[in-house]
Amino acid sequence: MLSRVAERIYWLGRYLERIENTARMIGVYGNVLLDLPRPAKLVWESLLATTGSSELFAERYSRADERNVVKFYLADKTNPASILMSVTQARENARTVREIVPSNTWEGINDLHLYLQEHLDAGLARRGRDEFLNHVINACQFIIGGLDSTMSRDAAYQFLSAGRYLERADMTSRIVDVGLANVFPWVSWMHGGEVPDGSQSPYESVLWMSVLRSLSALQMYRRLVPERVRADEVVTFLLQDRYFPRAVAHCIHAVQESLDALPNDELAVAAALSAVRHVRDADIDAILARERLHEFIDGLQVDFGAVHDAIEQTWFLPRPGRE
Amino acid sequence: MKFSWKNYDPKGFYDELISSPGYPRTAGRTVARHIRSLTPEEIRERQMAAEIAVKTMGITFTVYSQGTNIDRAWPYDIIPRTISGKDWDRVEAGLIQRLTALNHFIDDIYNDQKIFRDGIVPPEMILESSNYREACAGMKPKFGAWAHICGSDLIRDRDGTFYVLEDNLRVPSGVSYMLENRKVTKRVFPELFEEENMRPIGEYTTHLFDTLASLSPRKLDYPEVVVLTPGIYNSAYFEHSYLAQQMGAELVEGSDLFVADDDCVYMRTISGPARVDVIYRRIDDLFLDPEVFEPESALGVPGLMRAWLKGTVALANAPGAGVADDKAVYTYVPDIIRYYLDEDPIIPNVETWRCSEKASRDHVLKNLDKLVVKPANESGGYGMLIGPAATERERRAFAKRIRANPRNYVAQPLISLSTCPTVCPNGIEPRHIDLRPFVLQGARHYVTPGGLTRVALVKGSYVVNSSQGGGSKDTWIVD
Repeated sequence: MLSRVAERIYWLGRYLERIENTARMIGVYGNVLLDLPRPAKLVWESLLATTGSSELFAERYSRADERNVVKFYLADKTNPASILMSVTQARENARTVREIVPSNTWEGINDLHLYLQEHLDAGLARRGRDEFLNHVINACQFIIGGLDSTMSRDAAYQFLSAGRYLERADMTSRIVDVGLANVFPWVSWMHGGEVPDGSQSPYESVLWMSVLRSLSALQMYRRLVPERVRADEVVTFLLQDRYFPRAVAHCIHAVQESLDALPNDELAVAAALSAVRHVRDADIDAILARERLHEFIDGLQVDFGAVHDAIEQTWFLPRPGRE
Repeated sequence: MKFSWKNYDPKGFYDELISSPGYPRTAGRTVARHIRSLTPEEIRERQMAAEIAVKTMGITFTVYSQGTNIDRAWPYDIIPRTISGKDWDRVEAGLIQRLTALNHFIDDIYNDQKIFRDGIVPPEMILESSNYREACAGMKPKFGAWAHICGSDLIRDRDGTFYVLEDNLRVPSGVSYMLENRKVTKRVFPELFEEENMRPIGEYTTHLFDTLASLSPRKLDYPEVVVLTPGIYNSAYFEHSYLAQQMGAELVEGSDLFVADDDCVYMRTISGPARVDVIYRRIDDLFLDPEVFEPESALGVPGLMRAWLKGTVALANAPGAGVADDKAVYTYVPDIIRYYLDEDPIIPNVETWRCSEKASRDHVLKNLDKLVVKPANESGGYGMLIGPAATERERRAFAKRIRANPRNYVAQPLISLSTCPTVCPNGIEPRHIDLRPFVLQGARHYVTPGGLTRVALVKGSYVVNSSQGGGSKDTWIVD
């Protein structure tokens, strides 16, 4: 298999996952907002911060209000991570590998692209947003379902899968970070800067439920943890669960399995294994107690970057400025 | 009411299907009878079914418009164009004769240049051509073949004689559409295939692969053949990916290939470098190798010419082959055939004036309102003047261009193109068509039975290019 083709399929996987997760993230934000009795501005700013987009956003917009931030994530042509640009990129990548992916993949991506042209404006309005985001999420699920059920488990599939799961691990960790950023400042503020031992704000449970819902994780979580939704349990589940397919530990393990099936995989598998160990061996309770979760998630994201670099270095085309 | 061929009048042009109103030609009998049995409603339904089939099958071509590339559905007309097997056998022999002679010619001008010494072709005509590649001098490709894949454009005049309008020896395209058109016809008129015996065309990609494989410098059962494309933004990308897929060859871009210290070409795969034996390149000469040609080109492969000259890799078509499809060289092809093969040309050329020669130039400038003037090395119908259809002002502007660069222009009389019944908004009407057969030359020759028939969908128009509103038809060689 050509290195260039491998790279395009890997990015196709990443973009498909990015589209879906960005839609989920914006969705959870809308819902968090409805539950929160505080100025919206803070909320939207923290979203920009967790996705590492504050600077890019500030170059283009003066106010981080709901309208601008949603536009930035959905429709901004200058934001390479916006849904519009991710769909465009996914389409370009799919176009070049049309002979390798099942034909309904190309058609599905084309349809999504068409949907965006027609419905993006409606999606920017608060009233039409949920419907728009749900359509985008469903379209991604449809495309991925088709790939899953009709694609041979050859090298092409492994690159697609590695791209998807690496992107998903990264996005789940960011969504946890989003929940964290919103819950803790608010809880501290409610309690005059101090969180009393063992107590829980009335909003905390609602907020974490929103986070779980955004990842379609609430149902699976409930089967595992029947009691009241608590930060430590949710964070542990979303980061360390081995069986839930959107949990970071599951995703990064799936990346490692895909890479394992490829030739010359030593470097990349080592990087993936190191990330697996990092998330699996962490003591989440202790990290939460020390309020170091944000730093821990930052560390995970560095690991994901290292896995990507190793994949790029091992299998993709050399490029000026690339080792 | 059903369609009657008595109401179909080609107005003095040679019509491919009927010989005179109401009377189909022998080769077209089955098609004519079948069309007659359908109501206008049914014909519209079939045409719509065909358009849906084209979309579902994903047959597209790319046009550059308003700053972006758009994939358009391939335009296809349901009524096949029929040619009798007897007529075709002669055309086939003529095409092989022509390509054989042209390959002798290219091999000669890059080596011994006997044809210059014998005074058949003026050397400056060739050596000053923008398609002559100094870097190829002295090269001896396998079988003496430089142009391995040739697409010649044929037209049929009022008396039914086939003429060669031009040769395409660089990167001729269209063959994938020829193959796909047949598949669409099978979906639209399955019943016709039971009644009629047309020669099959589906073996083209097998012959193409065999031709390419025969060029391999290494003796292998399965040499590594790749298709080199400029990428998804190229108007013929559909065809590149189609041919690669059909041959089971890798579709590569320049960045996928590199030339190593051993002067061999390798492609970058996830398992490491893999040696490449034959490159079916679909990019122009000047972009092949930035070390030799356009230094800024990112489409090609640095060192590729070095590898080719050393004989470690075969390029199809060979660099420099385009020197012989220049429209100024075209005028010499009958002489070239006589010189190398000692035979008379089987398919004639269209009468052509070379603007480089004073007497011809004067004739052309005096008769601009009657002639078609073409740049010597453009394709796709761009940059030409159709004298009778142009305004006085356009003709004056064009005359200025001819005087400034006479070597660059040739002129031909406005030839009549034959017609073929075509489904039009007001029913079945005659429309003008041409034909592009594809000819292969490697260890042996192959000619596609028929070729790609292109049709000018606008009434009375001669412009058949798909980029300018042309359509296409399935082509049947009927025995």
